[in-house]
Amino acid sequence: MANIIDLKNINKFYISGKMKFQVLHDINLSFEEGSFNSIIGPSGSGKTTLMNVMGILDKPQSGEITIDGERIDKIEKKRLAYIRNQKIGFVFQFHYLLPEFTIYENVLMPYLMKDSKPTKEIIKRAEELIDLVGISKIKNNMATEASGGQQQKTAIARALMNNPKIILADEPTGNLDSQSTEDIYALLRQVNKKYNTTFVIVTHDRRIAERTDRIVEILDGRIISDIKK
Amino acid sequence: MSLPFKIALRFIRYNRSQSIFIILSIAIGISVQIFIGLLIQSLQTSLVETTIGNSSQITIVSKIKGTPVSNWDGIIQKISSDPVYDKEIKYLSPSVNTPIFISEGSAINSLLLRGFDFKASDPIYHFNSHIIEGTLPTNDNEIMIGKQFAKDANLSVGKTVTVFTAKRQLKILKISGIFDFNVSAINSSWAISNLQTAQNIGGFGNNVSSIEMQVVNVFDAKKISEEIVKMLNNPSIKVENWEDQNADLLTGLQGQSISSIMIQVFVIVAVTLAIASVLAITVLQKSKEIGILKAMGLTDGKTGLVFLFQGLILGIIGAIAGAGLGLGLSFMFAKFAVNSNGTPVVPLEINYFFILISMIIAITASVVASVIPARSSIRLDPIEVIRNG
Repeated sequence: MANIIDLKNINKFYISGKMKFQVLHDINLSFEEGSFNSIIGPSGSGKTTLMNVMGILDKPQSGEITIDGERIDKIEKKRLAYIRNQKIGFVFQFHYLLPEFTIYENVLMPYLMKDSKPTKEIIKRAEELIDLVGISKIKNNMATEASGGQQQKTAIARALMNNPKIILADEPTGNLDSQSTEDIYALLRQVNKKYNTTFVIVTHDRRIAERTDRIVEILDGRIISDIKK
Repeated sequence: MSLPFKIALRFIRYNRSQSIFIILSIAIGISVQIFIGLLIQSLQTSLVETTIGNSSQITIVSKIKGTPVSNWDGIIQKISSDPVYDKEIKYLSPSVNTPIFISEGSAINSLLLRGFDFKASDPIYHFNSHIIEGTLPTNDNEIMIGKQFAKDANLSVGKTVTVFTAKRQLKILKISGIFDFNVSAINSSWAISNLQTAQNIGGFGNNVSSIEMQVVNVFDAKKISEEIVKMLNNPSIKVENWEDQNADLLTGLQGQSISSIMIQVFVIVAVTLAIASVLAITVLQKSKEIGILKAMGLTDGKTGLVFLFQGLILGIIGAIAGAGLGLGLSFMFAKFAVNSNGTPVVPLEINYFFILISMIIAITASVVASVIPARSSIRLDPIEVIRNG
């Protein structure tokens, strides 16, 4: 299958005063479309930075990034915003829902960024996603009125709203109890099968990583192992 | 409804206390601006009204001092038949001024006899409302005298007085009434008669001393007087206007206007700074939300719009509340700041155009104030928010 994400010779460092911290060393990594992957490593290993580079939130100092066949390390900001909106869905450890909006409005948000008037099909899709993640009962509550698990489910539905080809998840269950963690993984798997969405899940928890099809292990900014099941 | 507008509206509703704070600062600022503006405007109108409301604003006199204006009815005819002046000039009337001497007892008093065409000049001088006893002179050889002179010379309505004219003749005149113009110089030195009586006494024949006018817009008097000079093109006459004759008053009014504008400008600046600082805090508080919106693909332009819309919405609400408050203050002032006879100290004139302009300025200032937070929201990099949790 074709690669949906392609990273070539990625170098990323932060400069703090006279000190230079290299976070990523010459990373070469690709993910196939529709695959279900994890990146593991201890905190400070550079896994989150790697994910942010793939999500074009963070810019590396050197290297090539290709998303869905398009070189994105040299394109303008507006196009980047478009790619983030259309092709990538993010799920963060902290869900970052907008507290001013309802659950339903939060889910619809990525679509509204492109077009302020949702069509019937779009409304139907939002309802479907809300059903899929199992929060239909509270969809008209304000985002702040939901539990941690429900909020993370909302964030997943939101990430799926524009039918992106890639979902990048950074410790998506980091803040949740074990039951909610189970639910969320079952859900991510289900979405992967149903929509053929590519998943890259960043975690420090090996048990979670073991439930994915490919585990990329990273330490001190270098890939130390890459295991496909 | 566009997404930035929707988000702006939600941010305003969600941060209720901050929004109320901003709206209040706009409202108080704009209400002070409207109140001070209206007060100064009304004060000036009433000052101008008191100064020149009961007198001639444009006066045509002879170029040689003390000589009469001949062919006055021709001049009046020419001015009043002109379609432009018919609109700009409210009243037009001839008058005759001649000195007279009245001897009563041991004293000889010098008065200025003013002869008027009462029908034409009543709108200028409002004689009827200033008569405190008797009536206007209805027949020839009747005069009306001032309250002060009547008291000093011990004269009353119905009495006759012997008058020496400037032509060294003696005339006997009957007092038909006593007036009070609220100005002691006039009350003690004017005598008023009809046109013919004054013309006879002063030996004017059919000529008059001056032609007096009041104009619709008092601040056009100078301009109109200059145009009349051109139109009449008569070398023997001179056209005077109140603006030239009251230059000090005008300078005073101008100074007042400038200080009023300065107060208004500083109020707007203060309001703008207040809005900008509160909205800047909002950007900080909302940096997480803004970061995640940007990460999800909200463009920089739309992110900035969220804050511009906030400024606009808060500005509109604040301007409406401020206009209401300002009008309320003005009405209270008109109601409670009154003279002993119950009339307001300053009769307040509500200039709706000024209020509208003030509101538009306040709304513009709010939008301008939101440019700073809008720019900092544009500069906000989502990775900063996401990296730092």
